[in-house]
Amino acid sequence: MYGPELDVGKSNLSHLFSERALTGETMILNMGPQHPSTHGVLRIVLELDGEEIITCIPDIGFLHSGIEKNMEAKRYEQALVMTDRMDYLNNLGNNLAFCLALEKLVGLDVPPRAQVVRVLLAELQRISSHLVWLGTHANDLAAMSMLLYCFRERELILDIFELVSGQRMMTSYFRPGGLWRDLPPEFEDTVRAFLKIFPGRVDEYEGLLTHNPLYVERTKGIGAISAEDALNLGLTGPPLRAAGVPLDLRKMRPYSGYETYDFDVPVDDRGDTYARYIVRIEEMRQSVRIVEQALDKLPDGPFRSSNRKFVPPPRSELGRSMEAVIHHFKLWTEGFKAPKGSVYMPVESPRGILGCFMEGDGTAKPLRVHFRTPSFANLQALPAMSEGHLVADMVAIISSLDPVLGDVDR
Amino acid sequence: MKPIEEGIKHLREQAGNYVRKETTFLDSPAFEIAAEGIVEVCRNLNEGPGKFDFLAALTAVDYFPDRPRFKVVYELLNSSQPDLLRLEVLLDESEELDSISAVFPNANWHEREVWDMFGIPFRNHSDLRRILMPQDWVGHPLRKDYPLGYEEVQFSFNFDEIDRRKRYAKE
Repeated sequence: MYGPELDVGKSNLSHLFSERALTGETMILNMGPQHPSTHGVLRIVLELDGEEIITCIPDIGFLHSGIEKNMEAKRYEQALVMTDRMDYLNNLGNNLAFCLALEKLVGLDVPPRAQVVRVLLAELQRISSHLVWLGTHANDLAAMSMLLYCFRERELILDIFELVSGQRMMTSYFRPGGLWRDLPPEFEDTVRAFLKIFPGRVDEYEGLLTHNPLYVERTKGIGAISAEDALNLGLTGPPLRAAGVPLDLRKMRPYSGYETYDFDVPVDDRGDTYARYIVRIEEMRQSVRIVEQALDKLPDGPFRSSNRKFVPPPRSELGRSMEAVIHHFKLWTEGFKAPKGSVYMPVESPRGILGCFMEGDGTAKPLRVHFRTPSFANLQALPAMSEGHLVADMVAIISSLDPVLGDVDR
Repeated sequence: MKPIEEGIKHLREQAGNYVRKETTFLDSPAFEIAAEGIVEVCRNLNEGPGKFDFLAALTAVDYFPDRPRFKVVYELLNSSQPDLLRLEVLLDESEELDSISAVFPNANWHEREVWDMFGIPFRNHSDLRRILMPQDWVGHPLRKDYPLGYEEVQFSFNFDEIDRRKRYAKE
């Protein structure tokens, strides 16, 4: 079927396969973009010798929707709405990266209440993202009951997001200067109710998987990577911390007040799929700690900056103040302008380092917005992790890296 | 001295001839590097006392129609220190750049993305193919002279005009 020129997908990939593929001794298998276990539209071209993977070539771009190009045609606040849709399991985290970069670029202040709420909701988003990961990861390894248990807890978190912003997922709740609107009065009780039951549920999940011989057999030693290789290959987030490198931007370059919270960063040194599972479970517990502390210390005050050059005035002011009307008019017709210059703001998303590179050019539209997304960088390490393993381990390794294709392709 | 300052001093001493300009924007140091020295500078920062062992980001900006047209931005991080160091390389339209994947292997996919989106070729890259766009795509989408690209809405007043231009599926 494949002659000496390996023409797979209209591009000559023969330089990537081994010579045995050219003679037909090994088989080329396409783990196509439509697949129940690739966590999205990820295509992997595998060269197999029986069941063993010789070469693994990821092919991405099936979910590319030109978000970065589109942002260049929109004003900053309009571009913010597009960030939710990149890593669609970490909407608030994407908002946060964009808002922090923008606030750094224009020099906008964020009131303390908004900072605490941002941390609180970002950590809830982290828990929700890890729950999806856990459910789908266990589902891929045939522990199918986990899927609905995790999604049951995630529903509680999505209810909280709907309470604050009206939207379950694509919230766009974090705006430049703070939050879109203040927290509703039922917020605290709802979050406390969630925090009361959640640690018990995490224990239940651990009871199902951590010492389960079937699970351990499928994940111990699979996809192992050393700390040095992990750093060289650009891994960040739980895969890197599971390989032994304690790199967490919340501790190393704290933003939005993270230095005032007391939490640990779980690190494991085995570097395999099982270690990544342990690290993420523990991260969920630590996020609960942060949410509790944030809820206890939630200060009163404004929820958004009062710098009217960037933040529109509330409607009640429009009837009383001419300056408010002028600011409203300028912001709605032209939008605020960012100075010339560029910033790079990395934050810690549930998948790793999410960096927002923003360059302004003095107009209301950004010159360039680039997101250094963790899933894109982590996926680069997939061939190194999976070559030498069996095809069945491929599924375990992909899901342990936790790629979200919206994050990979943007 | 903080590791970043030591690293910068080492850079100035050993590879300072490649550094064209030093800037600081919002207390973040940035160095403009000559295109032919980028691998040397990266190696210097990686192996020097600054120990910048992680490439956090690699991206490009298009300044069309200004010249130089492209700016390639590298963000380096020391995995145990909070400081970020930025390197910038200004390039003209069809200038090539050396790949730094010998120093930072994770630059591989980032450089493929820059090639795909901007058309900046990297020398000595092991596998310079398109990564996000389909393999047979023509054009480099993130360039400023590439259209945003959307389908024109077919109202009744321009129905026939669009009908003539529109490509329908063959029978």
